[in-house]
Amino acid sequence: MTADEGLSSLSLARAEAIVACYPERRSALIPLCHLAQSEHGYLTAAAMEDIAGLVGCSPAEVRGTASFYDMLHLEPVGRYVFAVCTNIACMLAGAYEILSHAERRLGIRVGQSTADEMFTLEEAECLAGCDKAVCVQVNHRFFGPIDEDAFDRLVDDLAEGRLADTVPPHGVLSRVSRTIGMPAKEAREAKEAKEAKEAREARGAGGAGAAGAAGAAGGSGS
Amino acid sequence: MITDHPRIVTSRVAYEDSYTLERFLATGGYDGLRKALSMTPGQVHDEVNAASLLGRGGAGFPAGRKWSMRRPAETTYLVVNGDESEPATFKDHMLIERDPHQIIEGAVIAAYAVGAAAAFIFCRGEFALGYERLLQACDEAYGQGMLGSDILGSGFSLDLVIHPGAGAYICGDETGLLESLEGKRGFPRIKPPYFPAAAGLYGEPTIVNNVETVSSLPWIVLNGGAAFAALGEGSSAGTRLFALSGRVERPGWYEIEMSKTTFRDLIYDPSLGGGVRGGRELKAFIPGGASAPWFFPEHLDIGLDQDAVGKAGSMLGSGSIVVMDDTTCAVRAAWRITRFFARESCGQCTPCREGSGWAEKILRRIEDGYGREEDLDLLMDLCDNISPGLGWPPQQTTICPLGPSIPSSIVSGISRFRDEYLLHVKEGGCPLAPDEVRRG
Repeated sequence: MTADEGLSSLSLARAEAIVACYPERRSALIPLCHLAQSEHGYLTAAAMEDIAGLVGCSPAEVRGTASFYDMLHLEPVGRYVFAVCTNIACMLAGAYEILSHAERRLGIRVGQSTADEMFTLEEAECLAGCDKAVCVQVNHRFFGPIDEDAFDRLVDDLAEGRLADTVPPHGVLSRVSRTIGMPAKEAREAKEAKEAKEAREARGAGGAGAAGAAGAAGGSGS
Repeated sequence: MITDHPRIVTSRVAYEDSYTLERFLATGGYDGLRKALSMTPGQVHDEVNAASLLGRGGAGFPAGRKWSMRRPAETTYLVVNGDESEPATFKDHMLIERDPHQIIEGAVIAAYAVGAAAAFIFCRGEFALGYERLLQACDEAYGQGMLGSDILGSGFSLDLVIHPGAGAYICGDETGLLESLEGKRGFPRIKPPYFPAAAGLYGEPTIVNNVETVSSLPWIVLNGGAAFAALGEGSSAGTRLFALSGRVERPGWYEIEMSKTTFRDLIYDPSLGGGVRGGRELKAFIPGGASAPWFFPEHLDIGLDQDAVGKAGSMLGSGSIVVMDDTTCAVRAAWRITRFFARESCGQCTPCREGSGWAEKILRRIEDGYGREEDLDLLMDLCDNISPGLGWPPQQTTICPLGPSIPSSIVSGISRFRDEYLLHVKEGGCPLAPDEVRRG
């Protein structure tokens, strides 16, 4: 994986379908960033250029927007990104102790990735899993409540591929895609186009008729 | 008091397959929409007004009134706010994962009532499974003729887009959300215009409703606004989903009739929270999300009622209650909440951007044993700069309500637990070892 790789042809086709869902192209920027991450795990410079072309802004605007959001990564991350919530509800259940344990278990600090590019460790803000505190996400799939033993099991299961069905590689937000276009919009546009065409034809015919009538009126007046 | 009330938004979530189309259709799904489409949009709006449905996102603004405020225009948009990020709030997350069709049904009803040409469900990015289920449900709803052209032969047409967020608390603010939906950084917009109903997405009138709010609509349409208003009391009508967490035996979400049930019921009743964990002593609780000022044992008998909680000096907010017991350090709790605001401040306004960071550093040094006695006054002064007067509801010096939320946990803690703060200073560290928190 190099920073030169942009969106594949398959993703470019998907991207056009996503752009078509929005009244303005720019609205597709974040969904397209997710799409790019699903291919590379993070946003490559080339992918951001592709996205800029697709939504009609500069690559710098894509980067500037993406850098605002926690889920969009501008640097490579591991295949599995751990997000340990330490916000109030999880903290009250011992989240910082779990985070320290995770650092020891993975041999990395928060914000780092393992040398084999398998794991990245992040400290997360509230993930809305407070009834299962301590709440941990792997590639935005929920696990909880997590204690030290459960964390170790999670690492082992991921490393040995036992969770491949529930946890896709980092960047894959959804395993299903929209299969339907925008039928209401398409029908409306088709109707408007038809009406416009009919109006044009009516104007064309009506114009001749009106001229004829004017001519006739003129004729009768003369 | 625990009342026997209908399950308005959680009627099918107990089923293992509650998120599937089959289960949805087998349990009355889309019946509300069918009925709504047999009414005029005005009649649907009337029912929602009659229901006195307050928005369930956090501000508690009457949903029907919000709909009335839209500027007449050729294009109106509906946006469902599913960017649930207020710390300790996890009810919308549950609804998105377990009943996505109900949200779609509610969204189509709302769109019909306000005459929207297109609708968007903004799903918090971290809810990957929920996003997947919404996408699947959206496709299925089109397949069933519940979305698209001429829905159920009514002449009403609507397209729906499931839009993923990308991780930013500030996008829960409705104008921050709209900026994000336009493909930009989630900077809340300068007011006026005060309401997206006047100028929202792409400048067009836009109605932004919370996930739980729209999830209530099928029931309201089927049973009538009066039936909803008959539940609860006064302006706090209907049922509401509360998210209970922290040092409590049975953390979870509970659908409860508003007003009738008290915080004591919610925290202690065996069918609900089941009491403070390990039978320990209640120290404090947050009544409505991390932005809300704290409550204490003397507030336990207040009902889960928007006005009653407001009068007592806090807010029901996002409906999330966090229980803190005698092992909880007030400084550490305030520090963690403040750290959240410091991390999530979008940076547009100085009081919020600078104030949150300063407050976090001061709280951290008190917790770590490097605090000074005068730090308490410094924190209060700093909070007063963010929200002058430190009253409730708070004065706002910033574009959005994130800034004025910062003082809540700090002022609550210093006012109530001044001795505990001073003990940190005197003893050069936290008297409540974090290990104690875990052992409980």
